[in-house]
Amino acid sequence: MRILVPVKRVVDYNVKIRVKADGSGVDTANVKMSMNPFDEIACEQAIRLKEAGHAEEIVAVSIGEAKCQETLRTALAMGADRGIHVEAPADVQPLAVAKMLRAIVGREQPGLVVMGKQAIDDDSNQTGQMLAALLGWAQATFISKLELADGRAVVAREVDEGLERIEVTLPAVLTVDLRLNEPRYASLPNIMKAKKKPIDVLTPGDLGVDPAPRLLYLKVEEPPRRQAGVKLGSVDELVTKLKQDAGVI
Amino acid sequence: MALRGDERHAELRAALREFCARFPAEYHRRHGAAGSYPVEFVDALTRAGWLAAMIPEAYGGSGLGLTEASVIMEEINRAGANAGHCHGQMYNMCTLLRHGSKAQKDTYLPRIATGELRLQSMAVTEPSTGSDTTRTRTTAVRRGDRYLVNGQKVWISRVQHSDLMILLARTTPLAEVRRKSEGLSLFLVDLEAALAKGLTVRPIANMVGHETSELFFDDLEIPAENLIGEEGRGFRCLLDGLNAERTLIAAECIGDGRWFIDKVKAYAKERMVFDRPIGGNQGVQFPIARAHVNVEAADLMRFQACARFDAGLDCAAEANMAKLLAADASWEAANVCLQLHGGFGFAVDFDIERKFRETRLYQVAPVSTNLILAYVAEHVLGLPRSY
Ligand SMILES: Cc1cc2nc3c(=O)[nH]c(=O)nc-3n(C[C@H](O)[C@H](O)[C@H](O)COP(=O)(O)OP(=O)(O)OC[C@H]3O[C@@H](n4cnc5c(N)ncnc54)[C@H](O)[C@@H]3O)c2cc1C
Repeated sequence: MRILVPVKRVVDYNVKIRVKADGSGVDTANVKMSMNPFDEIACEQAIRLKEAGHAEEIVAVSIGEAKCQETLRTALAMGADRGIHVEAPADVQPLAVAKMLRAIVGREQPGLVVMGKQAIDDDSNQTGQMLAALLGWAQATFISKLELADGRAVVAREVDEGLERIEVTLPAVLTVDLRLNEPRYASLPNIMKAKKKPIDVLTPGDLGVDPAPRLLYLKVEEPPRRQAGVKLGSVDELVTKLKQDAGVI
Repeated sequence: MALRGDERHAELRAALREFCARFPAEYHRRHGAAGSYPVEFVDALTRAGWLAAMIPEAYGGSGLGLTEASVIMEEINRAGANAGHCHGQMYNMCTLLRHGSKAQKDTYLPRIATGELRLQSMAVTEPSTGSDTTRTRTTAVRRGDRYLVNGQKVWISRVQHSDLMILLARTTPLAEVRRKSEGLSLFLVDLEAALAKGLTVRPIANMVGHETSELFFDDLEIPAENLIGEEGRGFRCLLDGLNAERTLIAAECIGDGRWFIDKVKAYAKERMVFDRPIGGNQGVQFPIARAHVNVEAADLMRFQACARFDAGLDCAAEANMAKLLAADASWEAANVCLQLHGGFGFAVDFDIERKFRETRLYQVAPVSTNLILAYVAEHVLGLPRSY
């Protein structure tokens, strides 16, 4: 079986993001970029499946500007076998991404697509679901546990009430949650090997997809600054404050 | 050359930063305070292949040069850790790779690459010899297929966390050689075997949290096949390891320097005194800026030394100069960082006092600043020998 792992290049989760002065988006100039953390988890899971003998090949895909190849190299250094870079403008939206992935699934014929449940930059949480719908495949989202057997995947999903166990038939799209695994760090020999692994470069045109955005972002603004808190000496004082200042009781 | 120092080998740096981030400041602080060896950190580095960077691919390593090795050491120190706990394997590797026999490489390198064996120690310094290395008094006398070693070493680091040690000993008495640097030989010592038959290790508590010891050799037998290179020509073989060591330590100092500057620049921007950030005062920002200039300048010499070493050219002058410039730059940065943190610099939780102590070592070890100046004066400038 082949596993497809889409990986997105996003602002590193440690970076304190800044909104551009004109409100058109988040400033990414001179900002550290990394692989979307959920995609790292997806990549790790694919590698574990390969190590356990469930898969023979892992193909990582990244869609976006030229620097996405760095993100692909990270996936290759973790253990993916080859990469596909779809060179596209930076802000491809979920539906266009899902359509491109559908075209790549058509070419590569994977048995599983394992991907992050969402990207930490726009938090859309749409691509996996759209892809499954476009393909007419089963989907299991927010998975925190995975077992494969006899052409089926048994997964635990994290939902508000607790863990839900479901079974899906392959081929399927799985989107992963935080607690599925702890991604490995790349070892030096694997970083060196990754340099020699192939990355194919395609264009949206090659995949027959128009990457132009369909949604218009009106404005991005910073959340209002939090007011400084106060320390209170007693419960009585708290009750008075809640009554008089906050007016909530 | 067009890339700035810390832009080179970006993929290695990115991976190392991610690796080091898994060992937060508290981890190193805890080991620093206890004076204990960061076993988990060094084991993880080994498992991820970083300490086998220079071992050829055929032996299971990554076949990289001193340049990349130096980036690894730099990033470890830059992350707030102390590469002094693990740099030995890198410079000892240079000695073994360049002067070890095929049989020695076949025996040891694959097992060092997997982490089964550690080559972390090198025993040169002696209590009564000091920096005058050619006067080494520890002797190794050939008896059939073995050498018998007697003598004493001091400040020998990481012996309790190493399996192998490179040892410098005199094999021909000083009185019988034409030049002082002749008659010295290098050996590979199997530490576990040696501990049972003639090697005594006495740890030295110290200011920088190094695991370092006094060693006593009492008729220690070493198999003759553990001689590295030719008998009597060990000093020349050692020089490759020493140049590598100086260059790597220059890189560690660059990493320290950048750590101090990152720390102090962040603090200077946010610390408000007299209603403004202290970094708005020239008396505060100029010393930081100067420390940065000096770290960047030292970094150029470090890459020059690395490039010459990797090209197989003589790099003694550059290795020494890089060590001096980088150790001075990191010490200056340390001092600025401590000073501009005011009282907080002395709080253990800020990590500055620990890094301050750790980087201070490099004014003295592995070669003191005076001895570098003496070397440059004599060997680079042709002035009369002063020592
Ligand atoms: C924590 C630590 C770890 C170490 N680890 C190792 C190790 O793993 N292996 C190892 O072999 N060694 C190790 N060393 C030893 C280190 O390399 C030596 O301490 C260093 O080379 C200085 O030698 P010395 O201590 O004998 O000083 P000395 O040679 O006694 O020098 C004392 C001072 O006098 C100055 N001086 C001496 N002669 C002259 C001169 N002619 N002109 C001007 N100034 C002079 C020196 O610059 C120095 O400041 C370690 C040391 C420390 C502190």
